[in-house]
Amino acid sequence: MAGATPSLEDAAVEPIIGRYLNLTIAGRRQRLYFEEAGSGIPLLCLHTAGADGRQWRHLMTDDAITRHFRVLAFDLPWHGKSNPPEGYERETYQLTTADYVAAIRAFCAALDLDRPVTMGCSIGGRIVLELAIAHAAEFRALIGLEAADFQTPWYDTSWLNRADVHGGAVCAALVSGLIAPTSPPATRHETLWHYLQSGPGVFQGDLYFYRVDGDLRGRVAGIDTGLCPLFLLTGEYDFSCTPEDTLRTAAQIAGVETTIMNELGHFPMSENPAQFRRYILPVLERIRAIEAGPQ
Amino acid sequence: MIEAEATEALARRFEALPRLLEKDDDLRGRGAALGTTCLIGIGAIPFLVTLEHGMRLSLARGPHLMRAWRFAVRGSALGWERFWQAPPPPGWHDLFALAKRGEMTIEGDLHPFVAHLQVMKDLLALPRRIAEA
Repeated sequence: MAGATPSLEDAAVEPIIGRYLNLTIAGRRQRLYFEEAGSGIPLLCLHTAGADGRQWRHLMTDDAITRHFRVLAFDLPWHGKSNPPEGYERETYQLTTADYVAAIRAFCAALDLDRPVTMGCSIGGRIVLELAIAHAAEFRALIGLEAADFQTPWYDTSWLNRADVHGGAVCAALVSGLIAPTSPPATRHETLWHYLQSGPGVFQGDLYFYRVDGDLRGRVAGIDTGLCPLFLLTGEYDFSCTPEDTLRTAAQIAGVETTIMNELGHFPMSENPAQFRRYILPVLERIRAIEAGPQ
Repeated sequence: MIEAEATEALARRFEALPRLLEKDDDLRGRGAALGTTCLIGIGAIPFLVTLEHGMRLSLARGPHLMRAWRFAVRGSALGWERFWQAPPPPGWHDLFALAKRGEMTIEGDLHPFVAHLQVMKDLLALPRRIAEA
């Protein structure tokens, strides 16, 4: 490209704005990075384990969404452009249910978000169920992508962080199988890049919540969808949180709306944004209609 | 003996692996540092697969008596048949999906397999490129 003349016509600034937020979460000071776009009903998006808020960028540039919703996504501490807390070098990162809920509630309070719709994927989907159980009144609606009360583990997480295996490469290679084979190569590999960039032990630490601390079996039947509507959407190619896992969970929750998504896997919003759009737009429309009340 | 015939057809498909790899410069580049000997089971038919540095691959159909290997990936005929469909059906599209549903075992010294996991996954998926008979 040497000698190519820069062209204004080729340049395009996206409407996404990124900022840093300093706050206290569960007694520790944290510096969180977050992005947002749009205006209207706050829609908080929670990324998957071992990744970051970039997974939601396609929603933030979709005018059909941003003209009605203020879409926000923060990187959990240790993830993306959020720092690990001071002293991280002397500890092993492990995400707990309590810390995860505290991070979400602290973020919402710090930005004064009024009962945001909250959508999470994978670990984000699991914590959405926890929010529905314990904090439903704080949210207008909850959306769990690739969410279930529990999933059967399918590999030994000790491979994710050891000196003789490249951590980013093994994390990406493992989750590559969770992407639908029909997803476009560009968005498949962008999704994997987030795992290739992940900090050492971060994906493993997130999975502590997913596999050990966040087991919701026996608790989801108490979810009151009259208090806060709940939507569950799972990709047919997700063999980590399988459609059967989601349907088993949904069968215990009165009033939940469940969709199995064709030609999508564990990362619907980033692996194939065009396909995901077909499923998420009607859900967001439903939420707007519920907000508007009976006509 | 329909099952034996189906397994034989899958084994013939797997035997195309060196030719398929030869056509894939990208995969040979990514796997250049991988050197190992592994056993790949296509139903009841075992193959000893040797990879030398530079992704030089050789296949030896078994059974073999007392041949050593670092790790073994053994799949049922049904598992490989569905895994090699293009596109593969949900739940049959990844080695770990097959392992989770009990159609594949991954055993032995897994270090070379895990350290080169994407290369191994892509290598074993190459027969997907052959149109089904």
